[in-house]
Amino acid sequence: MSLTWLFEPFSHEFMQRALFGCALIGFTNGALSAFIVIRRLALMADAMAHSLLPGVAVALILFGLVPGTLFVGALVAALLVAFGTQIISNSSRIKEDTALGLLFACSFSLGLVLISFSRVSVNVSDYLFGNILGLGDADLWVIYLISFIVLPMLVALERPLLLTVFEPSVAASQGVPVNTLKYLLMGLLVLSMISSLQAVGVILALGMLIAPAATIYLLSDSFTSMFWLGGTLGAVGSCTGLLISFWLNLPSGPCIVLVLGVIFLVAYLFSPKYGVVTRLLRPRHLHEASLARWKLSEQQRTTANDKEHQR
Amino acid sequence: MSDHRLEIKDLTVSYRRVPAVHHVSLELRCGSCVGLLGPNGAGKTSLFKALVGLVPLETGSMSFHGDSQGLLKSTIAYLPQRTTVDWDFPITVRRMVEMGRYQALGWWRSFREEDRQAVGRALEAMELEELGERQISALSGGQQQRAFLARALAQEAHVFLLDEPFSGLDKPAQDLLSGAIRRLANAGNLLVVSHHDLRTVRDLFDQVIFLNGELVAFGDTNLVFTAENIRKTFQTHIFSGSAHEPDLAV
Repeated sequence: MSLTWLFEPFSHEFMQRALFGCALIGFTNGALSAFIVIRRLALMADAMAHSLLPGVAVALILFGLVPGTLFVGALVAALLVAFGTQIISNSSRIKEDTALGLLFACSFSLGLVLISFSRVSVNVSDYLFGNILGLGDADLWVIYLISFIVLPMLVALERPLLLTVFEPSVAASQGVPVNTLKYLLMGLLVLSMISSLQAVGVILALGMLIAPAATIYLLSDSFTSMFWLGGTLGAVGSCTGLLISFWLNLPSGPCIVLVLGVIFLVAYLFSPKYGVVTRLLRPRHLHEASLARWKLSEQQRTTANDKEHQR
Repeated sequence: MSDHRLEIKDLTVSYRRVPAVHHVSLELRCGSCVGLLGPNGAGKTSLFKALVGLVPLETGSMSFHGDSQGLLKSTIAYLPQRTTVDWDFPITVRRMVEMGRYQALGWWRSFREEDRQAVGRALEAMELEELGERQISALSGGQQQRAFLARALAQEAHVFLLDEPFSGLDKPAQDLLSGAIRRLANAGNLLVVSHHDLRTVRDLFDQVIFLNGELVAFGDTNLVFTAENIRKTFQTHIFSGSAHEPDLAV
């Protein structure tokens, strides 16, 4: 049987481009996902992803389909929603999650309405579900740029970020600029989400931002490995998903997220330390040493009792 | 030796103009273990947070060893209540103690031999050497508290502020922890420990601070730990008005 089908994707230029993009996006999002998982920002990230749409729509209406402006539009929209959330929650009794939920729903709706006004005929589903095969040069540049901002930042700030996510009040007492770092993390989150829009779209962006670190979290007790292995898993998983989508002729975004999801499932079930199945299979007995100690003390007690009787 | 102390003068902390700690003045000697007693809402945590600079001071000042610049960030260590920490955090005991070195190392410099030794010493002093590779949730409550202490030790702190370290510990764990705290005090450090179990106060602390929004009493345990002061601190309602409110002058 010929294996040409296996290597076919690598011979197409658009696929090479897509694979390369996928690897970068996957690594950036995967590395960042360590912070999202630990700081429990998953739903926050989801809301942010949705809120990008009106920015994209406005950019489309004003400038047409030009990648650079779409990027700026998305960025502005996300920042507006992020700040709006802070303003509403700080100035009223409305809590942050409520404010964010409200703003992102409105923002997403506004996006859909605006897109229907747009002169350019746009395939909305590209923005909802991504289209990595349509990756152009300019898109690649945006992805490069974002990766080269986000990754070095995270690496350089590893220690203060680790202190902050572990225990913010202690970090602040040691002089770490906790609030600045929190905002910075938000900013990086928005950036790397924008980079994943092209690959998986607004709705599935969350998968790339959570699944990798969530998987490693079940396998390791080290935050550093959550970061690096999360990045690696994100890159490998995304490329695998893309290849599968090519071989089986399926949509790419869902394939990428599903591959990451399946890997998570395997870790959830079979992780050596925290896996559900692994725990079930583990002997329920007490530790053998303590069992032996118990038997010994039991023996001593019975012999002591016997002596008592003999007296 | 006389100026080996932490002086707090006229310290007031308030949240949105509502004062939580009023005009507290204290002089704490290094080498002692001081209990901070008071009901919930008395301002114990606020006082700690003010000392480490987490909340701004409304009035007052601090000086350490007679230096009015106040405390260096690395000299003082705040150990939060155990419940505020996410114990599922993917980190081992040793890595957590290493975090104590970050201030000395800055953001980028890599670990040196002396840092490794400081971490080793801290673990040893807190009798945690064998638990170094455990994930932090696999420790008992007392061990977790000692791991915090080890982290502060690795930081080479001189003033330790412990927020309710004994809550939820059984007797043996309490003894181990109080032994560790005692050793730190004997080595010349200042330990301030907020505490609510009045039965154990005499065993644990050289000095006690009674706090009830304002300072009720402060001094050596055998002199100040009296029924009268306990009643004043715990049975009146918490001071929250102006300094001239008559019914609180008990």
